[in-house]
Amino acid sequence: MKNEAKISCKNIWKLYGEAPEKFLKNTNNNPTTEEIKKNNYIPAVRDASIDVNTGEILVIMGLSGSGKSTLLRCMSKLIEPTHGQVFFEGNDLLKASEKELIDIRRHKMGMVFQHFALLPHRTVLQNVAFPLEVQGQEIQKREERAKDVIKLVGLEGREKYYPRELSGGQQQRVGLARSLAVEPDVWFLDEPFSALDPLIRKEMQNEFLRLQSMLKKTIVFITHDFDEAIRLADRIAIMYEGLIVQVGTPEELITKPATDYVAEFTKDIPRSKLLNAESIMNEKDKKPYENTVNYSDKIEKIASKVLKSESIFSVVDDNKEIIGSVSKKELIKALFAEDKNE
Amino acid sequence: MNKIKTILRGNFFFIFGPFIFLWLLRYIIPNYTISSKTPHWAYIPPKSCLGGCGSIDGLIPFVDWTNALIQFLRKYEIFGLFTFRDFTRGIANYVDKFLDFTEAVLHKGFPSYDIGPLPWVFILTLTIILGFYLRGWRLALLGGACFSYLILFSKRGIWELSMKSLAAISVSAPLAALIGLCLGILAVKRKRFANFLWPMLNILQSLPHFSYLILVVIFVGIGTKAGVIATVIFAFPPMARLTILGLQNISQEIKEAGVMAGCTKWQMLFKVEIPAARSPIMLGVNQVIMQCLAMIVIAAFIGQPGLGHDLLIRLQGLRLGEAFEIGVAVVLIAITLDRYSQALALKEPERREGNFFKRHPYLCTSIFSIIICTVLVFISPFFNEYPKEYTISASVYLDNGIKSFTRSLFVPLGIFRDWMLIYFLMPLKSIFQSMPWTGVILFVGAIGWKLGKIRLALTVMLFVFFIASSGYWVRAMITVYMVFASLVICALIGIPLGIWASKKESRTKLVLNICDIFQTFPSFIYLLPAIMLFQISDVSAIFAIVIYSSIPMVRYTVFGLRNVPQQIIEASITSGCTDRQLLWKVKMPLAFPEIILGANQTLMFALFMVMIAGFIGTVDLSQEIFRALSFSDGGKGLIIGLCVAFIGLTADRILVEWSSQMKSKLGFKV
Repeated sequence: MKNEAKISCKNIWKLYGEAPEKFLKNTNNNPTTEEIKKNNYIPAVRDASIDVNTGEILVIMGLSGSGKSTLLRCMSKLIEPTHGQVFFEGNDLLKASEKELIDIRRHKMGMVFQHFALLPHRTVLQNVAFPLEVQGQEIQKREERAKDVIKLVGLEGREKYYPRELSGGQQQRVGLARSLAVEPDVWFLDEPFSALDPLIRKEMQNEFLRLQSMLKKTIVFITHDFDEAIRLADRIAIMYEGLIVQVGTPEELITKPATDYVAEFTKDIPRSKLLNAESIMNEKDKKPYENTVNYSDKIEKIASKVLKSESIFSVVDDNKEIIGSVSKKELIKALFAEDKNE
Repeated sequence: MNKIKTILRGNFFFIFGPFIFLWLLRYIIPNYTISSKTPHWAYIPPKSCLGGCGSIDGLIPFVDWTNALIQFLRKYEIFGLFTFRDFTRGIANYVDKFLDFTEAVLHKGFPSYDIGPLPWVFILTLTIILGFYLRGWRLALLGGACFSYLILFSKRGIWELSMKSLAAISVSAPLAALIGLCLGILAVKRKRFANFLWPMLNILQSLPHFSYLILVVIFVGIGTKAGVIATVIFAFPPMARLTILGLQNISQEIKEAGVMAGCTKWQMLFKVEIPAARSPIMLGVNQVIMQCLAMIVIAAFIGQPGLGHDLLIRLQGLRLGEAFEIGVAVVLIAITLDRYSQALALKEPERREGNFFKRHPYLCTSIFSIIICTVLVFISPFFNEYPKEYTISASVYLDNGIKSFTRSLFVPLGIFRDWMLIYFLMPLKSIFQSMPWTGVILFVGAIGWKLGKIRLALTVMLFVFFIASSGYWVRAMITVYMVFASLVICALIGIPLGIWASKKESRTKLVLNICDIFQTFPSFIYLLPAIMLFQISDVSAIFAIVIYSSIPMVRYTVFGLRNVPQQIIEASITSGCTDRQLLWKVKMPLAFPEIILGANQTLMFALFMVMIAGFIGTVDLSQEIFRALSFSDGGKGLIIGLCVAFIGLTADRILVEWSSQMKSKLGFKV
């Protein structure tokens, strides 16, 4: 498990105010909310510990001001945490020298920004080639590579355009291409699609999934849009007022929300599209029934046939082994989760 | 408006009480007036200059101290090798090398290689092509018209004069821009340096032109290189300021993008930050060029040859027609330089694809026309040097025109002038002259205190105390009176004009365009019409000040009124406001903070112009500064300059604070 974590954050704190290090030390690195408030500190990130596993898409989700962007910036040391450790491939990033950091950023990290952050005085090609240029690559080599990436994101033929000549969606494609130009191991995306129209956003999410299916990067993706989070995530971390409230797969968040805050988010999500048979099945009942459903089938796919029949369905895994059962009862319980208290 | 009234009423006695008390003392204490030989110390600061100020001690002998410092700098040898003055002169000699080159190119030629100066066809053609490149045919037309004027009206050598001035500008502007850029970058990168630089810029930008000239005369000497150096010192502050603002306003994301790409510090600066802040930095260059032009004209006072020099001589000789011709040349050059550099600042890179000619059309056209021009120059001397016999001059007609114009208006203008003097200016002057310095200090202190900050109160009181103790209190109060009188007139003209202009989009555009053009003129130019109309008097000085400094009043009024949120206006209209109610109950209160800022700018402009108006014989601080200039009295020049700066800064601190407090009360972002 340890060597699988690409990035590992341990007890990250980021406080704003006067001499926050001293304050943290005095409170044993664990001040209470009251203490923080009383001493006029603004907590951006509080005691955040999280691992990003190799090859996964980790979505950090939270409303504005929840500290998600700050946490992301702590991972790349764009912001220095007040306290805590960040391990990148096992090396402590906070102890790395300026030179080592530059080296890591040049070769192992790529980042996409909410407002694209393209350099206005450079063409698409020059923007994409920029990270290679600062590494000191030759012009021919870097432009060749840049052209490849531009092709990858579907902007072929626009190489000579300036950012202002492109639409928002196209500009973010340039942003994606630029962050991919150095073939990074880790891909940071900071609300990359929030500034786009809903339709374009959908299109860009698909584009993102297409790219990831080819590239298999380790991804940290920030969003405030829960729909987007469940669409893209392998795991989701929910943040609230600087705290990581819950980390889990989309299914886990919906079926077992840790707090009312998480439950509030998950309430309006169409469960039928998200939950699969495995996540709602009755694990104790492993009797073989006449009808079976696959464990990964989404509820919307099996709902009509389960609801229509009076019988119980066995849930089988890929090896056709029975791992549980589903009946009308489980289905209804899962679909109308708000009523679970009654 | 009601709110302002209650605030004033509540604090009326606190602010005005001591002031009025001290003022009324003059009716009780016998020698508490300016007319007595030894006025009471509470009224006029002791050891002040009352009439002619030859050498004056002042309460604190700042002038002597400064002169001692200057003497020290002249004599003391750094490392026992050279004096500070040697050092400055050394720098001046380097500047001279550049100057030699630009002068050779533009008007002297290279006699040792038997090459003449750049022929006029080259300059004209390349200006036109550059105009096309930067913005399009309108700009090209402007540039073409400007240089055609210079060529055609060159009967009295306007072309050579312009080239002299341009040669000086083309050395001083890049130097000033470079210095400003470096200081700005340093300030952004080093917080401590910024804390030092910012107040320095404030003072440098409120020192009158002449203070620079005097110091430059002492440390460099006179002539072209001295003018260039004075110009550089005068022109770099706006560049530093705009560089700082530009670099600070780069979006955080762009900087992060640079860091994440793995930029080193230098790569960040040159590949990300400076290009991303290109527009504000280039607007800084635009400012530098305009300041350079204004200063080069004024540097005529220390022997800078060029347009300013000849303008000065013509003005002194009251040869107004010829002066007018040169004035037009200065104005045309100003507008052209301004528009060209603005276009450069706002120019976006353009996408061009295809072969070499298609990708670089302007470069190719330039090379092509250079070849043609060269051929033309070899074919006919006409293209090398525009023959004198084809030049024209309208000065005789202009002279006659101006004469008959002023003659026909002599009676009404005279009546107007006398009326202004007797019923407005003289009474106002005597009010200001009768203000006791102790009262004024308490007055500004009380305002500073009421605006809520002990620091503000102490700062402005210190400023006023400096003026009082320098020995030039009486003169300073005349300056204040001139500025105040101009401010009143500017407000009476500017605010109604602003209201009128803000009513319709088309008017706004028209008025702001006119403001733009007027603002590009070097301030010295405004003396021309003032002398034409009112000869030499306080009225003509005030007239020159008013035309120059009404510009910000109009501009800020328009800005404030047009920036009232559309929703609020719609809400008021649906509540049934008439036009008049909308203006006075909604728009004006909301625009008021902005109008105050306009008044502040007007005040600064007026202060600068008052100093220049000393040229037409006012008896305030400017007269003293002119005297200091002719005696090369550096201490006096600098101290009077600081007095002027502190008058400006006192008002600036108070008005800006007031405006921003009102803004935050209204819920606007400051």
